[in-house]
Amino acid sequence: MASRKTNKPVGVIGLGSFGTAVSNLLARNNPVVLFGRNTEQVLEIKETRTSSGQKLDPKVELTNDIEYLSNSCDIIFPVVPSAGFRAMIVMLAPFLKPYHILIHGTKGFDVNSERENINQEGKYLSRSEVRTMSEVIMEESVVVRTGCLAGPNLAQELAEGQPSATVVASPFNEVIQEGQRLLRSDLFQVYGSPDLIGVELSGVLKNIIAIASGAISGLGLGENSRGLLISRGMVEMIYLGRVLGGNTQAFIGLAGIGDLVTTCTSQLSRNYTVGYRLAKGESLDEIIGSMEETAEGINTVKVARSLAKYYRVRAPITEKLYDIMFEGLPPTTALQYLMKYPFNVDIDFL
Amino acid sequence: MLKLKKSRANVYEPTLPGPENWPVVRLSRNRKEFIEEVIQESYHRIKQLRNTPEILQEEIEITMFRERLRIKENPWKVDPDDEMLFWNGVKNTLVGSLRKSKSKRNAVSEELLLDIISRYTNEIAGNFKPSHYRMARSLVTFGFSRLFNAARLKSFKGFFKGKLTLQDKINIVGENEHVRKLAKIGTIVMVPTHFSNLDSITIGFVIHTLGLPPFIYGAGLNLFNISVIAYFMNSLGAYKVDRRKKNMIYLETLKMYSNLALQKGCHSLFFPGGTRSRSGKLESRLKLGLLSTAMEAQRINFLKAGDVKPRKIFVVPVVLNYNFVLEAVGMISDYLSQKGQERYYIEADQFSSSFKILKFLFQFFTRSADMSVSVGRGMDLLGNYVDDEGNSLDRHGNIIQIEDYFKIHGRISENPQREGEYTRMLSDKLVSEYHKLSRCSASQLAAFTAFEQFRNMYKKLDLYGLLRLPIEDLIITYEDYKSEYKRRIEQIFGLEKNGKIQVANHLREKGLEELIEMGIKNVGIFHTKRPLLFNKEGNITTQDLKTLYYYRNRLDGYGLEKN
Repeated sequence: MASRKTNKPVGVIGLGSFGTAVSNLLARNNPVVLFGRNTEQVLEIKETRTSSGQKLDPKVELTNDIEYLSNSCDIIFPVVPSAGFRAMIVMLAPFLKPYHILIHGTKGFDVNSERENINQEGKYLSRSEVRTMSEVIMEESVVVRTGCLAGPNLAQELAEGQPSATVVASPFNEVIQEGQRLLRSDLFQVYGSPDLIGVELSGVLKNIIAIASGAISGLGLGENSRGLLISRGMVEMIYLGRVLGGNTQAFIGLAGIGDLVTTCTSQLSRNYTVGYRLAKGESLDEIIGSMEETAEGINTVKVARSLAKYYRVRAPITEKLYDIMFEGLPPTTALQYLMKYPFNVDIDFL
Repeated sequence: MLKLKKSRANVYEPTLPGPENWPVVRLSRNRKEFIEEVIQESYHRIKQLRNTPEILQEEIEITMFRERLRIKENPWKVDPDDEMLFWNGVKNTLVGSLRKSKSKRNAVSEELLLDIISRYTNEIAGNFKPSHYRMARSLVTFGFSRLFNAARLKSFKGFFKGKLTLQDKINIVGENEHVRKLAKIGTIVMVPTHFSNLDSITIGFVIHTLGLPPFIYGAGLNLFNISVIAYFMNSLGAYKVDRRKKNMIYLETLKMYSNLALQKGCHSLFFPGGTRSRSGKLESRLKLGLLSTAMEAQRINFLKAGDVKPRKIFVVPVVLNYNFVLEAVGMISDYLSQKGQERYYIEADQFSSSFKILKFLFQFFTRSADMSVSVGRGMDLLGNYVDDEGNSLDRHGNIIQIEDYFKIHGRISENPQREGEYTRMLSDKLVSEYHKLSRCSASQLAAFTAFEQFRNMYKKLDLYGLLRLPIEDLIITYEDYKSEYKRRIEQIFGLEKNGKIQVANHLREKGLEELIEMGIKNVGIFHTKRPLLFNKEGNITTQDLKTLYYYRNRLDGYGLEKN
C-alpha cells in the first residue's frame, strides 16, 4: 500500500490550546504549517514561539495566508471552535481541491436554523438542521475525504509530553492510515474507527456530562455521585447519539468513555470548570465573560436538549443542566429531581 | 374522450452518424478479443481477492456446491443442457486433486478457475449486430406505435392509421440536449428507476428518440428464455445477468465485463435498484455492484490517460412516471408478504412462455395510460453536476478536477475501499436525484391523499390491520377529500419550490375538481379492481386497498405523511 510519500508539510488551522498541541504532536514526524486568522497574533507567536502557553516545536511554521496553507499541504487539521467552524471552511473552500484530506479536532455542533430560540416549545431542532463538523466540511467544500480526532486529549497534558492516545475516525481507510502515520509516536497512540459520525458525536456529547461533573464537585459531592453521573451520562450519550446517526460502539471506545472519564475528572477541562462555577452560584454570563477559550459544552447543552425533545429521547441530565444554565433552576433542586427520576433498567442497548 | 393530435416528429438527430462509429459496434467487431480480455482480467482479479491456494480452492468448492444446488432446485428453461455435466466435471477434478501434491493441486484449481470464468463470460457476453439492431429497433418502434394506435382509438382499425406515435404516448422531459452533448464527449451510464418489466423497452425507446447510439445493458437471463425476445435482446446490445448466481466468481466476472465495456466507451444502462420496486416506492437503496464498475473504469481511464484528455464517465439518472403499472397487484402482495422474510424469497421465472410475455406486452401497450420520462442532469462519479462540456462543477459552479479524488500524495492510486465509499456516496446522491426528478401527477396525489386519509381514520391499526379492513368501511366524503387534496397540492408545490420534486403541467393548469376527477380516474386505470373510485353517492372509495397502497408509495420519502 505504501506509495511514495511526499515531503509536503501538514496543515493545522487554529491557534487555540488544542490546535497548538496538535501542531506540536504532528511536528514530531513532519514539518507543520500552522494557520491563524489574526495577523497580530500570528506575528506575536512568530516572535515568541509560544502559542496558548505552549512552546512551539521548531518545525512549526506560522502563516496568516490561507492560500499558502492549502497549496502547501495535502492534509489539513482544522481545530477551531464550532461557532466559527463554518465561516473558517467557507474562507478555506475556494482553495481546497478534491485531493485534500481534512481531519478536524472540533467538538461541537453546527446549527443551521433561522430560529432565535432553538428550545421553543413545539419548534425543536431535528437532525436535518444540525451538522457535525465533517458534514460542514462536505457541505461547504469539494473535500469528501474527511475525518476527526477525538479522545482523552487534554491540551495541557499533551503539551507536557505525557503518554496519551486518540482516535482518528473516517469512513476512508486511507484517511485513518494517514492520520496514524502523521500523529503516531512513542508517546502518542492512534486508533482508527470507521464510524466518523459516532466518534464526532461522542466528542461533542461528552462535554455535557463534563459540565454536570463539574457541578457535582461544585456542590461538594464525592466520587459515588461522579460514578453515578458518568455511567448514566454515558447511557444518555448513547441514546442521543444513536438517534443522530452514531453507533453504540463509538461511545464505549476511547472517544466515548475514554474522553468522558478524563473530562469529568479533570479540573483542566473548560467544560468541567463551567459546571463547577455554576454550582458555586456564578451566573452563566459571568462565567462566559471570564473565560479565555470557548467551552463547547454550553452550546452543546442547548442543541442536545432541543434534539432530545424533538426525538423524545430520555435525557434527564441534559434537560436539568439546561434548566440550571438557562432557566435559573438551582443546582440542588436539579439534583433532587435527578435522584427521583424513575430509571428501572441499567443498560438496555448492548 | 381522446383528443387526437397529429404528432410533431420531435425525434432527435443521431449524435453519431453511422454504426461504424458506435462503441458497441467496435466492441462486437472484436468480440473474441474482448471476451478473452474479460476472462484474463477476471482471473487476475479473483486471484488477487482469494490470494492463497487454500482460499481459492475453497471458493471453487463453494461455487461448485451452490451451482449444483441451483441446477437441482431452481432450473430455468434457458439453462444449457450440459450444466450438470460441467459442474460434475469440476467436482471430479477437485476430488481427484486431493490425492495429488500441493503444487499440483494449486495448478488444478487455477485451471478450474479459468474454466469457470470462461464459461461464465461466454454466457454473459452479448452479441451485438448493427444490422439486427436497426431491424429490431424499427420493428419495436413500428410495432408498438401501431399497437398504441389500436389502443388509443379503441379499435383494431386504428392499428393501420398513422396518427399517433410513441412520441405522443411517452413524454420525455428534462435535460435531453445536455445528455446528447455528453454522449459525444464521454461515456454515459444511464441509471433509471425500475417499476415494470417494460422499463427496458421504454428506456430503449428513450435512447432512440434522443438520438443516442445503442447502450449495452444487463438483462435478466429469464428474458432470453424465449427465442424471439432473445433475438431482440441480443441485437439491442444486452448482456445476460443471472440473478440466481450469487457466487463470487460469477459476480466478479460480471462486474469485469461491465468495467471493461465502460473503459472502451460503451454507453451503459444499469437499473441500480436491482429489481423492480415491489412496493411502488422510489428506490431508496441501490445495489452498488455495477455502479462500482463505473467508478473503477473511471479511475482506470484517468490512470491510463497520460497526456491525452481522459474520457469521462457521466451518470444520468432517469425517472419513469407511470400512471399504471400492470404488475402492481402482484408486486405489492409480494412486497407485503416478503417484508421480514426476505431470505425465503426465490427468484421465480415469471416469463416462462412466449405467450405470457406477448400477452404482457400487448396488455401493457394497449392499456397503459400516457407516461412521462424525466431525464436528469449528468453527474460525474462523485455526484457533482457536469456542464455541457463535461466539466464537473462544485456547489458554487466552479470547475473541479475529479481525478484529484483518486489521488493521494499527488498520484492517482488504486484503493478499492475508497472507491467503495465513493460508490456509496454516489448512490445516496442518485436516490435524492430520483426524488427531485420524480414528476408528481394528479393520480399520484389522488392515491396518496386517499390512502393517508384512510390511515388517519384508523390510527390504531398498523399497516397490515388497515389493509385487512373490509372495503365497506373505507369511504371518504367528497368534501373531506376535496379539502385534503387541496392541502396536498399546496404541499407538493411547496416541495417543488424547494427543488425537491417536479410537477406535471396539468397540476398547474387544471382546476381542483377537474384534477380530482382526473386523478381518481387515472390511478391504476386498468386494474380490474380499481384502487380508487367514486361510489354512487359521489364519495371516494376503493376496491383494492393494497394496490392503492402501491400507488400511494410513489410519494413516500418526501415526509408528506407527517403533516
